[in-house]
Amino acid sequence: MIRGQQIPEELGRYALLGVALLYLVGLVAMPLVVVFVEAFANGIGSYVRALLDPYALAAMRLTLLTAAVVVPLNLVFGVAAAWAIAKFEFRGKNVLITTIDLPFAVSPVISGLIYVLMFGAQGWFGPWLLAHGVHIIFAVPGIVLATTFVTVPFVARELIPLMQTQGNDEELTALSLGASGWQTFRLVTLPNIRWGLLYGVLLCNARAMGEFGAVSVVSGHIRGQTNTLPLHIEILHSEYNYVGAFASASILALLALVTLVAKTLLERRHPELRAGVTPRA
Amino acid sequence: MNSPAARRAAASLAASAFGTLLGSLVLVGCSKPAAVSASASARPVTLLNVSYDPTRELYEAVNKAFAAEWLATTGAQVTINQSHGGSGKQARAIIDGLQADVATLGLAYDLIELNRRAQLIPPDWATRLPNNSAPYTSTIVFLVRKGNPKNLRDWGDLIRPGVQVITPNPKSSGGARWNYLAAWAWALKQPGGDDATAKDFVHRLYKNVPVLDSGARGATVTFVDRGIGDVLLAWENEALLARQQLGLDKIDIVLPSLSILAEPPVTVVDKVVDRRGTRKLAEAYLAFLYTKQGQEIIAHNFYRPRDAEIAAKYASQFPPLKLVTIDDTFGGWEKAQATHFDDGGSFDQIYGQ
Amino acid sequence: MASNPTSDALPGLPLLPGAGAKSRTRRSFRMLPGFGLTMGYTLVYVSLIVLLPLSAAFLRSAELGPEKFWQVITAPRVLASLRLSFGAALIAASLNGVFGFIIAWALTRQRFPARRLFDAIIDLPFALPTAVAGIALTALYAPNGWIGQLLLPLGIRVAYTPLGIVVALAFVSLPFVVRTLQPVLGDLDRELERAAETLGASSIQTFIWVVLPSIWPTLLTGVALGFSRAVGEYGSVIFIAGNIPMVSEIAPLMIMTKLEQYQYAEATAIAVVMLLASFALMFGINGLQLWAQRRRPAR
Repeated sequence: MIRGQQIPEELGRYALLGVALLYLVGLVAMPLVVVFVEAFANGIGSYVRALLDPYALAAMRLTLLTAAVVVPLNLVFGVAAAWAIAKFEFRGKNVLITTIDLPFAVSPVISGLIYVLMFGAQGWFGPWLLAHGVHIIFAVPGIVLATTFVTVPFVARELIPLMQTQGNDEELTALSLGASGWQTFRLVTLPNIRWGLLYGVLLCNARAMGEFGAVSVVSGHIRGQTNTLPLHIEILHSEYNYVGAFASASILALLALVTLVAKTLLERRHPELRAGVTPRA
Repeated sequence: MNSPAARRAAASLAASAFGTLLGSLVLVGCSKPAAVSASASARPVTLLNVSYDPTRELYEAVNKAFAAEWLATTGAQVTINQSHGGSGKQARAIIDGLQADVATLGLAYDLIELNRRAQLIPPDWATRLPNNSAPYTSTIVFLVRKGNPKNLRDWGDLIRPGVQVITPNPKSSGGARWNYLAAWAWALKQPGGDDATAKDFVHRLYKNVPVLDSGARGATVTFVDRGIGDVLLAWENEALLARQQLGLDKIDIVLPSLSILAEPPVTVVDKVVDRRGTRKLAEAYLAFLYTKQGQEIIAHNFYRPRDAEIAAKYASQFPPLKLVTIDDTFGGWEKAQATHFDDGGSFDQIYGQ
Repeated sequence: MASNPTSDALPGLPLLPGAGAKSRTRRSFRMLPGFGLTMGYTLVYVSLIVLLPLSAAFLRSAELGPEKFWQVITAPRVLASLRLSFGAALIAASLNGVFGFIIAWALTRQRFPARRLFDAIIDLPFALPTAVAGIALTALYAPNGWIGQLLLPLGIRVAYTPLGIVVALAFVSLPFVVRTLQPVLGDLDRELERAAETLGASSIQTFIWVVLPSIWPTLLTGVALGFSRAVGEYGSVIFIAGNIPMVSEIAPLMIMTKLEQYQYAEATAIAVVMLLASFALMFGINGLQLWAQRRRPAR
């Protein structure tokens, strides 16, 4: 190869690399940096004060509570769905999988709206529930429901391909050796899928804590009562309290970073999670 | 994979997962009965005030004072919860079941909807409290950059080419509807003004609007913090508050030659207070707004008080302004809403519907 | 053995069901216990949490009747908001198709400092709540923000214009493109590229005639996934969009606006249009993935 041709090629390579990194930094990395810079704009003192604000603490509690309900719900569902779908053959499997995927494709606003249509005072079950003193919309159960809807697919989608590749042989062996169904699941299946499970839980949790659109529709924005952390950020932002808004945002950003680190570590130890599951044809 | 350690890890993972599930189910189970008992209880200690966007600071102060007053007179603790948002959005939430004991919204039309769509309040709500049930008033003024570089003195200046006007969306924001009607009223009162010229003026005004936020607060943030626009059409209270919070060196307030008398109404939400047993507390809360102490807090937070004595004390803060009213100029809120803000109304026509 | 991009361990990547595992499970069909229990639970859960609420949207919009429904969704402002949501999402996804490809190429084929760090932050948009992304992007791209003030002298306004919407949507959809492409690019037969190069092909020729044909379906899949994520996005957009009717008002905001005017049926009509589009997209993506897989037979 002639040298004169190689130099422009090297240049082109570096130019492309530069473009890629610039795009990544401008679009993805900088927003993260901004969150922390703005949060500490008035020093550590006001940062800490913003986080210890009773409303901020209440919002954090609610966000944690929501995740503590939603993640286990979708975890149990994900395991059950993956068992049924990956270990058995039945008609309509594709339809079921697509149905589980649906919440991914639904706009968050619609995810909230459908629960208002069901449980709002003007909705299907709302009047009856209200008459019996049960509050779902504009109360914690509504927030939990909307968040559950949004995060339904996470664990299931992680486990189905994983369990499909693993097949049924190990389970069948255990059964033939006299293990009960539950023992088989606990001692054979679970160890095989535990990293995938953790991975799914991680992503499910991040989304559950960060959901904004759907929760915004069903929350009612009562301070200290139905304000989750993302909604609290919006409120502070519209009160000229930028330090407060970005301080709360930094908590969620930290959560995102922890999720990313855990995800990266998991992927490094278990490359099969990242590359997806390679079909053993 | 099947080492004992792995099995133990898996078992503990499973155990903790199901433990959390169980715990969370108990939590959910508890939260519902708790809601039931709270609503059935005879002496609840919380009150929910659902309000519009710019009243956050006002009601924070009012709530503190009222809670102290209530404790002193009855010996009972009361916690007042707040929810803020665009006035229309808040009314919709109440209609959808948000358990507001009192509604303190930006304009009467939203309370009319509470009556019309869900019969949450009686039709005569406006006469239950003095002054059309509006314990404070405000008006619409201009907020401009320091020194008024574009020399914007009156409504007519806002349609000059190159002037950027910030105002929220009247479809969702109460304040924005006042802005819109104030502009309309000014054009109407110009020599030779009629509905056609007013409509043309307002259309040209909105052609100069680069951002339509959904609420008044969002618009203030856009103008003040993001540095967008030359003039913000704002509640007078919002303008005074912004000037106080940001210092006098950044923005100026301009009073137009004519504006509109805004009467943000308050009401007890009958269906909710009767269900929750909070009527007494809710009525005392609203009555507190009319007391000297309440009016003082109102004036201190830049709303025009109704009480003559307090008004005189704060006269320097609220210069006299020529004001039209919604009833005289627009024939009441229901008519104004239908003509201007319902689908296909004069506002929609601006954007080509 | 080809890695299967369809089951990449990411949220939002619909899976191509059954592939590869079928022959194994069929042999043991009905031998494992727990089918009734897990299947029953799955069906009940999906029906209660997903299907019933979604059906509420369809039934509520049906109250309008076909004529009114058509009127609502073809009103100029609604059409404009739908056009904006779909248009901006398409632009954002296409942008990511180009830049996401370059990034994926850089991450899989190049060595440079902090590569792993850059690789890790690709997933940030998955993990960062949209409201946080919204206020951060607005702070960055507002005329007085770090990046905004650099662009202003060039006459480029990002925040509060449709361009701002594109930026927010590009943010949320970037990982879909990169993460879909990465495993495929990593797997691509380098021998083929080297052969092309020794035969005297330039990099560009190699790219166009050797690389592009084999990754084309995967690239399209990634762009489609990113698009479907971006179309419905709300949280990050409302902070940065100007929300002007006919100009920068996205469809989800239109739904909110209709709701605030007590027009439940009309709001759900727009929701139904978006839902139908999402369903169509999901089927399209499944088809794309089938195609992508057929194009790359297992080695």
